[in-house]
Amino acid sequence: METTKENTAFEEPAILIKGLKKSFGNLVVLNGVDLEVRKGENIAVLGRSGSGKSVLIKIISGLLQPDSGSVQVLGEQVDNISAADLQRLRLKIGFSFQSSALYDSMSVRENLAFPLVRNKRELSAAAVNTAIEEVLHEVGLSQTIMQMPSELSGGQRKRIGIARTLILKPEIMLYDEPTSGLDPITCGEINKLIIKVQQQYKTSSIIITHDLTCAKATANRIAMLLDGKFLATGNFDTVFDTQNESVRSFYDYNFTTHENNK
Amino acid sequence: MKLNEEKSEKVAVNKYLISKGVDAFFTDIYNVYLFIVRFFKAVFTAPFEFKEIINQCYQVGYKSLPLVALTGFITGIVFTKQSRPSLSTFGASSWLPSLISIAIIRALAPLVTALIAAGKVGSNMGAELGSMKVTEQIDAMEVSATNPFKFLVVTRILAITFMLPVLVLFTGFIGMMGSYLNVYHNELTSFTAFFKSAFNTISFLDIFSSIFKATMYGFTIGVAGCYQGYNAQNGTQGVGRAANSAVVLSMFMIFVEELVIVQLVNAIR
Repeated sequence: METTKENTAFEEPAILIKGLKKSFGNLVVLNGVDLEVRKGENIAVLGRSGSGKSVLIKIISGLLQPDSGSVQVLGEQVDNISAADLQRLRLKIGFSFQSSALYDSMSVRENLAFPLVRNKRELSAAAVNTAIEEVLHEVGLSQTIMQMPSELSGGQRKRIGIARTLILKPEIMLYDEPTSGLDPITCGEINKLIIKVQQQYKTSSIIITHDLTCAKATANRIAMLLDGKFLATGNFDTVFDTQNESVRSFYDYNFTTHENNK
Repeated sequence: MKLNEEKSEKVAVNKYLISKGVDAFFTDIYNVYLFIVRFFKAVFTAPFEFKEIINQCYQVGYKSLPLVALTGFITGIVFTKQSRPSLSTFGASSWLPSLISIAIIRALAPLVTALIAAGKVGSNMGAELGSMKVTEQIDAMEVSATNPFKFLVVTRILAITFMLPVLVLFTGFIGMMGSYLNVYHNELTSFTAFFKSAFNTISFLDIFSSIFKATMYGFTIGVAGCYQGYNAQNGTQGVGRAANSAVVLSMFMIFVEELVIVQLVNAIR
């Protein structure tokens, strides 16, 4: 698959992180992280649970403040930005949550309309409806428009969550564990959707996952986060062609163990 | 080894200024203060969420009407039935409308309505916001460039602050009607005579203090419910705790405020 290869055509950085540090009490989560995500590129951040992967994208989206270091998103310094500028920047960032985070008191239509009507008040009702129908079509769930989130399956919820971010046509997508808790077929559908979003919306993405199949299928580059730092960065084959035990064990658990179990 | 254990125990003790419980109590008070300051800053800055405020007024006001009406009606009847024997002993049954109106307007209507609202609306706010918090819906709102504090918290606090005085007036009216029905059934007092006697003893200060109390109680219920919900942690257990704390805290504060306001009004009177 073409998207899995490291593509040198991506030049300008969409996200530039230098020396990022974040601790919670005595627990050091990120300890001098450096990362560059170029425009149009998908990067998968791999790491064990609790290694700070989700913290990284929460800092990028301004949900958390870093202790030190620099975080630049689309040329804006997120670690030192006014509330108004952060609001404007957030319109260009889509965040797909691990739990989907759909508003459970609203129908699918209302969930999708919410960010649009609040941020683009000049849009007519017809334009809002058209945008909703378009994104629902993109994620292949047009039939769910009147349903409540509680009536959707896990995979459908993930896709509606992605659709809700796409409605604002973001330049950056942050996916937090997009395939966790899903069966392999639904995982495959989500992977295809991530690639489709990259190609159709020309987004730069960070995909937080510990599912190597997802990483291999969707990312141009892999970044391996261990002990608060990126241990290895590169394309899939380069990263896992190593004798480093921590990286190897991650690969072996995902592939060799599963194959042995078959 | 023992030395190390002693040392680590000493470090653990020294982590707190006074003790874990006392520190947590004062930290909570400070955090509530910051929450209220944040509310007042947000309430006067654009964008103003008028549509959502009206929606919340409908949710907390209109949808509470049947419950407060029933409670007010029963309170009126029960209080009348309980007061009659004592007044009859002194041959003062004719004072019943006056006694009832003073009790209902000054104390029962605000207090009963506030306690009902704390149970119904306060717990609802705590559970709803708590659930949104632990399922990342509040974060989702924030990353989609909507200020969740303004949209969820400010609107709810304003709605209950505006609607509780309305509910109190309604409860007072229904309570008086319940009382009248009981008085009419027993003493055959006319509608005009009952209300003339009732309102003769009520002053503007009584009605004003009742509305003022209701406003304070509404604000308290809103702050307690939203603060607990907005700061919920630890999954579903945290949601339950938020709903529970919202009710307990607001009921406790309502009684404290009642005591203070009664002292103030009596000093003015």
